[in-house]
Amino acid sequence: MTPAFSIERSTRASRLTAVLSLGVLATLAAAPWWAGRADIRLLGEVYSFMALASLWNLLAGYTGLVSVGQQAYVGFGGYVLFALAMFLGIHPLAAIAIAGVAGALIAIPIAPLLFRLQGAYFAIGTWVLAEVFRLVFAQVSSLGGGSGASLPAGIVTGIAADRALREMLVYWTALAIAVATLAFVVMLLRSRTGLALTALRDSEIASESLGIGIWRTKFLVYVAVAGFTSMTGAFIFLQKLRISPDAAFSVNDWTAYVIFIAVIGGIGTIEGPIIGTILFFLLRETLADLGTTYLMILGAVAILVMLRAPKGLWGMVVERTGLTLVPIRRRVTFPK
Amino acid sequence: MDWLNALLQGVLLGGLYALFAAGLSLIFGVMRLVNIAHGDLIVAAAYLALVVVEATGLHPLASAVIVVPVMALIGYGMQRLLLNPTLGKDLLSPLLVTFGISVILQNGLLVSFTADSHRLAAGSIETASIEIVPGLAIGILPLMMFSASVLIIWGLELVFYRTSLGRAFRATSDDAEMAQLMMLDRRHIFGMAMALSAAVVAVAGIFLAIRTNFDPASGPARLIFGFEAVIIGGLGNLWGTLAGGIVLGVAQAIGAQISPGWQILAGHLVFFLVLAVKPRGLFPRMD
Repeated sequence: MTPAFSIERSTRASRLTAVLSLGVLATLAAAPWWAGRADIRLLGEVYSFMALASLWNLLAGYTGLVSVGQQAYVGFGGYVLFALAMFLGIHPLAAIAIAGVAGALIAIPIAPLLFRLQGAYFAIGTWVLAEVFRLVFAQVSSLGGGSGASLPAGIVTGIAADRALREMLVYWTALAIAVATLAFVVMLLRSRTGLALTALRDSEIASESLGIGIWRTKFLVYVAVAGFTSMTGAFIFLQKLRISPDAAFSVNDWTAYVIFIAVIGGIGTIEGPIIGTILFFLLRETLADLGTTYLMILGAVAILVMLRAPKGLWGMVVERTGLTLVPIRRRVTFPK
Repeated sequence: MDWLNALLQGVLLGGLYALFAAGLSLIFGVMRLVNIAHGDLIVAAAYLALVVVEATGLHPLASAVIVVPVMALIGYGMQRLLLNPTLGKDLLSPLLVTFGISVILQNGLLVSFTADSHRLAAGSIETASIEIVPGLAIGILPLMMFSASVLIIWGLELVFYRTSLGRAFRATSDDAEMAQLMMLDRRHIFGMAMALSAAVVAVAGIFLAIRTNFDPASGPARLIFGFEAVIIGGLGNLWGTLAGGIVLGVAQAIGAQISPGWQILAGHLVFFLVLAVKPRGLFPRMD
């Protein structure tokens, strides 16, 4: 007897997307051969924002943990990289991975503390945490105190023999971080934890009564996101070669932009942060000359989107077409 | 004596922090909204006071006659136009809209007034002080600020528990839908709550402008201090918020006494300590 129904996850669009993404990935991996030096740098930045936005979206859009303090982990990762490379002589690329682990470890005692704050107050609590990190690192005189430090030239040249190879390695690291982050988010959402998150989002009380550990699920996601964010932060400051407390823990750079990206792309979707990042960089490259006015435009656009189309650009596309590019949901299908 | 002096200054500073916090606490109580632009509104009020003083030649304290009603109007408009449409759905939309307002305010102030820091000169009152015992003096201005914040918190308590507006606030806070059935227009009630909050913000802004230098980027720190005072004091308790502000002010003053770099950090650490030991704050009232 054939079963009365089957569970289907992938759709034709999603299978097509998977094939296309592989093509795009291969093209991007080959960028050092077809793109200029400045473009490679810009792409590195694009990848880090894509990773940061996807991680923020996982927290705010799927787990209900709205944070305005993720700069705590961006800066922490950056400082760990500098400390490891400068004091222990660890290869910077290895230091990026260690920074990720360190970020996750430090989040373990922090999460229970912040989780005592409910809802919107949690958001400001995360900001206080970032401020604590900023003030503490400003006190560490061996890392340059309040004025910051530059990565010594010897460490930078130690990454690889010649400049071209070095730039390629750094570029591929950025691509790897972005791909790993996106893969992590997708796999997590497809896993049992992802199912728990969906249930939590719909009703905390109902899901708790079905035996889902709300606290434990949120804790796991928060710690993992902290780890990936620290890793991304470590890369960002390897590319910048210079770190200071104000730049490392900047709420504008690492939270305001990231929130803008997620909001215009579509919070609570996988595709949203990717589309948002592309839009954000297009806007930045065309409007950045406006300076402060540009930031005001970003703020106004974000408010407008929140008021008129709270699901963002991708949310609107999904509403109109029902398109799924990344298969997260399960669909029940009945044989005809 | 240095330590006693620091302690006393900390207590008085706590009054100002309680003022930062009172408006925040008020709107959270009525509509469960946390206004991320709260600190930037305080700084905007400080700039407004600056403009009023320069244009009219009024004493900074007297500028409140204009700044308070203007800020209240702005608050009411902001609530009706931008925040009401987002309320009730989820926590994310109102939070992100206030975040957007914060970005716009900060950069708007930067465009209009540059990044230079300003301060309002209040004349001889700035340096006047009373000596309690030899070597220990209280500044008249800090004392005035502290008294003003006690008066304002007392006034807010009166509004909340003795007026029909306060009854509407409490009813909407308890059950917005039921309140709507009782002919209370939720949109207007929320607007009034934000107007009241903005009026307190205006007073806080004027005091901030007299007490320290301010620039367009000073907002977030004010939001954080106010927030810490709310959490330390306990949600929903305005007198608790005053106590929270004092705890924070004293912690900062003691931190500064140890080393200047420790002033703000000491405040944050006390906040996390309270969160670890008494997560509901020192004097909680609300569930």
